[in-house]
Amino acid sequence: MLHIFCPHCGELRSEEEFHASGQAHIPRPLDPGSCTDAEWGDYMFFRDNPRGLHHELWNHVAGCRQFFNATRNTLTYEILETYLIGSKPQFTEQAAPLTTTATRELGEKV
Amino acid sequence: MTTANVYQQRPDSGAKAESSLHHANLAGLIGKGRKNPGVIVREKKLLGHLTLRGDAKDPAFAEGVHKALGLELPVALSLVAKDQTSLQWMGPDEWLLIVPGGQEFAVEQALRAALAGLHISVVNVSGGQQLLELSGPNVREVLMKSTSYDVHPDNFPVGKAVGTVFAKSQLVIRHTGEDTWELLIRRSFSDYWWLWLQDAAAQYGLSVEA
Repeated sequence: MLHIFCPHCGELRSEEEFHASGQAHIPRPLDPGSCTDAEWGDYMFFRDNPRGLHHELWNHVAGCRQFFNATRNTLTYEILETYLIGSKPQFTEQAAPLTTTATRELGEKV
Repeated sequence: MTTANVYQQRPDSGAKAESSLHHANLAGLIGKGRKNPGVIVREKKLLGHLTLRGDAKDPAFAEGVHKALGLELPVALSLVAKDQTSLQWMGPDEWLLIVPGGQEFAVEQALRAALAGLHISVVNVSGGQQLLELSGPNVREVLMKSTSYDVHPDNFPVGKAVGTVFAKSQLVIRHTGEDTWELLIRRSFSDYWWLWLQDAAAQYGLSVEA
């Protein structure tokens, strides 16, 4: 069982209180009417599926019912940080290269 | 000027009011439990529940709430109470106000008057939920069976209130006194909670109080 820190409640709660809501930091096109089908489709349906650090949107459904962001390692399930929507993550792929994959060759990023 | 439809939602007189545990006939079970029960359950029914939302960072909002209720806005995971009125933090911009039954209309009007011009919301949710008060020496054991949240007094002092998972569903646990806890339950789950509590408290002895 993971313990996840809710930045609104200010304490660690068990994983079963939370719901993952997919990738974070997806800006909505400012003028949807001028989007091409491809641009709108990318915004609407296409998500990253990284092997390593992933910035995700989580919802504390059983607690304060607020959304927040989390930086999670999809290999180890480690949650490096949780932070409020609107703020920037401290951990990014560049700033904190993955130690867990150091011994293994990474495939080409496509 | 608000366009909210504010009106007396509680029938004036004559209408028969039933709590969501009416069918369980708790009144008929008073005094029929074991002697020296470990858990005593009391239905706090037909109270006025108001959901209040606003900007916690706005001093005008906090002042207005204090002016209308005489209560300070509680900080995260806490509960403040005065007499029979309690105000509980539900989220960064949401609070639950519980007042004695019948007062909710007057309180809503007082809140709206004190918070006029601010971006706020007051919603009467009295019909959707109610409180079950648990007291007695074994309440904590029953809670420990039901939730993964740490209910040890070091982590869960009196005056704390948390929304959490409880017996495969969700509710709000409020610690209101040394051995007294309250569960804020949804009306559609009332029967489930009552059945669950009977089962979970059976080994300690369960008794119903008025």
